Amino acid sequence: MELDFVLIQALSGLASASSLFVIASGLTIVFGVTRIVNFAHGSFYMLGAYAAVTIVPWLLEFDRSPTLFFAGVIASALVVGMLGVVMEVLLLRRIYKVPELFQLLATFGVVLIVQDLVLLAWGPVDIAGPRAPGLRHGVYILDQRFPAYELFLIFVGPAVLALLWLLMHRTRFGVLIRAATQDREMVGALGVNQAMLFTGTLFLGAALAGLGGALQIPRVSANAHMDLSVITEAFVVTVIGGMGSVPGAFLAALLIGLLQAFGVLVFPKITLVLAFLLMAVVLVVKPWGLLGKPDVASGRAVLPEGILDPRPLDRFGKVLAGVAVLALLALPLLDDYSVKVGTEVLIFALAAFSLNFLVGNGGIVSFGHAAYFGLGAYGAGMLVTKAGLSMEPALLAAPIAGGAAAALFGFFVVRLSGIYLAMLTMAFAQIAYAVVFQWVEVTGGDNGIVGVWPSRWAASREVYLYLTAALSIAAILFLTRVIRAPFGATLRAARDSAARADAIGIDVRTHRWLGFILAGAAAGLAGGLYAFSKGSIDPTLLSIPLSVDFLSMILLGGIQSVFGPLAGAAAFHAVKDQLMPLTDHWRLLLGLAIIAMVLAFPRGLAGLRRRAA
Amino acid sequence: MTRITLRRRALGAAALATLARPAFAQAAPIRVGELNSYSRMAAFAVPYRNAMQLALEAVNAAGGVMGGRPLEFVFRDDGSTPGDAVRVAEELLTRENVSFIAGTFLSNVGLAVADFANQKQRLFLATEALTDALTMSQGNRYTFRVRPNTYMQTRMMVEAVRGKTQKRWAVVAPNYEYGQSAAASFKRLIGTVIPGAEVVTEQFPALGRVDAGATVGAIAQARPDAIFNVLFGPDLVAFVREGNTRGLFERRLVLGLLTGEPEYMIPLGDETPEGWIVTGYPWEQIETPASHKAFVAAYRAKFNDTPRLGSLLGYVVVQMVANLLNKAPGLETDALITALSDLETETIAGKVTMRGLDHQSTLGAWVGETALQNGRGVLRNWRFADGKDYMFSEAEVLVARPR
Repeated sequence: MELDFVLIQALSGLASASSLFVIASGLTIVFGVTRIVNFAHGSFYMLGAYAAVTIVPWLLEFDRSPTLFFAGVIASALVVGMLGVVMEVLLLRRIYKVPELFQLLATFGVVLIVQDLVLLAWGPVDIAGPRAPGLRHGVYILDQRFPAYELFLIFVGPAVLALLWLLMHRTRFGVLIRAATQDREMVGALGVNQAMLFTGTLFLGAALAGLGGALQIPRVSANAHMDLSVITEAFVVTVIGGMGSVPGAFLAALLIGLLQAFGVLVFPKITLVLAFLLMAVVLVVKPWGLLGKPDVASGRAVLPEGILDPRPLDRFGKVLAGVAVLALLALPLLDDYSVKVGTEVLIFALAAFSLNFLVGNGGIVSFGHAAYFGLGAYGAGMLVTKAGLSMEPALLAAPIAGGAAAALFGFFVVRLSGIYLAMLTMAFAQIAYAVVFQWVEVTGGDNGIVGVWPSRWAASREVYLYLTAALSIAAILFLTRVIRAPFGATLRAARDSAARADAIGIDVRTHRWLGFILAGAAAGLAGGLYAFSKGSIDPTLLSIPLSVDFLSMILLGGIQSVFGPLAGAAAFHAVKDQLMPLTDHWRLLLGLAIIAMVLAFPRGLAGLRRRAA
Repeated sequence: MTRITLRRRALGAAALATLARPAFAQAAPIRVGELNSYSRMAAFAVPYRNAMQLALEAVNAAGGVMGGRPLEFVFRDDGSTPGDAVRVAEELLTRENVSFIAGTFLSNVGLAVADFANQKQRLFLATEALTDALTMSQGNRYTFRVRPNTYMQTRMMVEAVRGKTQKRWAVVAPNYEYGQSAAASFKRLIGTVIPGAEVVTEQFPALGRVDAGATVGAIAQARPDAIFNVLFGPDLVAFVREGNTRGLFERRLVLGLLTGEPEYMIPLGDETPEGWIVTGYPWEQIETPASHKAFVAAYRAKFNDTPRLGSLLGYVVVQMVANLLNKAPGLETDALITALSDLETETIAGKVTMRGLDHQSTLGAWVGETALQNGRGVLRNWRFADGKDYMFSEAEVLVARPR
């Protein structure tokens, strides 16, 4: 490789890194202070771009000057910052007292709402913004032409880093942010107005995301898909850098930007997975990210979130469960379509239950549970279509495939804890997704594989419903048995205090690992059942949106309760199924429904009962 | 679950009751289920649905189909995932009692619905999904496709450079099936029109996440004489802007698959590169058939917007469906399939035949050169490439399609 080319490619990488850092710095600050995994951060980025393609051309009408261009960019960032304040005041402030995961669900509701609001406000056509006046041209560097605007972008990242450093070290607000990042409870105990601090932090975080989006308009068009394309990458950067660490995010953005720029030369298809591979490696080697520190509060005994007392159902609960099962079995009396939806509810109920076995009972928050669901589906589907086996052995293979993948990934996952653990599960899920997506000869790539249909005896919708019911309910009862067995209690002990559990001689890692495998196997079974109900498998079965759906289900149902996730799965799927045919803007309604449920039942549907009792 | 379902059926009945007008009382409407990514791919799907509604009005004003029965489409969002789409297809067939289903945008969704149709033995008219597999390796008796597939469009591009001399080619394509199969077809075909041509570099950025600077740099480094571009949407805008600034397209021949479609050319605005050879839709310049001009006028009047390629497709689909229903002796799936095989329809894009051999229609595309006019991209020197000249050969079909 010639020197000039290496230099130009490095500059391209630096420009991307700089843009990525501006976005990720906001995410990491918000997480550091509020401990919220803010899915809506990508939405703020998108809103920043849309605000800029609206405001900047309007300003440039007056005078095509660089000053007005950048004034427009800053104004867009401030507007988005205000939207962050709106989200904090209207939504997040009401749910700081509920389990942290619940806030994640609320921000996911915001993502759905913003997607449709953007379509309503700006229409579906991508909007290309104006180029920056004075920075439109290319600059010659060693005989190669390089965009002036990207040279400018390279300096934006360090400038933002310097400004943030000044803010953090020279202002009271910044000192409070650092203090809260280190120990939130202590800051509250010292009498700091937490509400103001959180509002200010959300403003800063959202404004940085908005700035990141607004700065991109000379390079990319504002479009309705840019939120989700940036959010995973921003997560990766914050995690690699260490959650809450701004310099860490800078370092991680540099690493990813440069790896990307040179990676495409060697493996042109690697962009799909490179960042996640890097994240997995970093987390395995450095469990707190490059510059992150262990959470001070992590050693403290806190009131555990999750299943506290898995006692048997009371009489009312038993009646409710009995009625639900009977209603499912009676669905064929209604019509064919309800049978289909009922089958799917049962499958999702099993998947959600297996996830809550990890989250509620084990304190292992997985952001990538769809991986085991999807690999179960692939295990079963490929046995049928490639090996020519029938449904029965394939359904046996599904939990084995899910469990095997969980054993492999879980071995590394259970070494971590908290948000880093969650992020590693997401990285592994994304790697599995990329393998399935890329390995076209075997998995059929993104087109997937069709022809995964049940054996003749189970082909009718009704028989398949009963088959699914038998297998799902059996698996759920088995997992319930495990939750109540000493093994389940051991997992709860490890969840509540790993140090104390260790002290009384429990091998925490091995127990968690076994629990992870069990949950993966159950999810795999659900995936196998799903494949045969749809007739096809494809990578969306392993994708992040499906993992988020599963999380939504257990949170809606209530992670404190053993059976709550089942209600959550039914409610989530039924709401989605009802909303989709109503309007193109069903995501808006789904998002509103999620937020309404979060606000109305902050402990999930099962919590509603507990409160009434 | 149960209660919600009952209430919904009641709601549906109430809605139908208010919609039922006296005219409909005379003959039961024929219902077709249309599922598409109206929510996620709105830039394509909404103009598509608009044109369908326009065409339905025309069909029904002219007396409907099958001897006076009104034609009715039931539109549903397919959720953009195979799982959701198969459930929606099920709903359309079992609850809405549609005669058959049509639609789908994404290839994986199209394939999943096609296999579902095969399993349930119901007709599925895939309209937009481009993957070759739909009518080739995974084709089935019940699935037909309207749009020219990836192979046909790639072949149109390749034929357009016959006689040129560029030997070193770069390929840039989104990293998913559409991009990969377009790139593969291109590599296979380019040598047949330019002897000695070779592909010197291939770039496959992730869909919707192109790192345009790095990609442009990597292509320039390979010093190609020409570029075959398969990127579209936001990726295309980013790639074109970066390429313009860095001079990637200067003194290079560039082919752009789908680049000339209004959906993708409008966002390029005044940065539309000049002289690319593309497939597209020069709607404002098309004179024949005459019905096309009438369509454009009616579309603009009704929606106060210019037609997109999706609009053309939507209109053609309804014309084909109406023709099918007029030719078919009944609504049984077998009767529909027999009637649809080799069905010839006069559409606003000329005569379209649904080839019985592989269930692929001969709908064509427009191939031309991009140019700038008043700050927006247009096509010039274009011609209509009739799909029938670019299809897979009979021998290829017989090898690929399962019997």
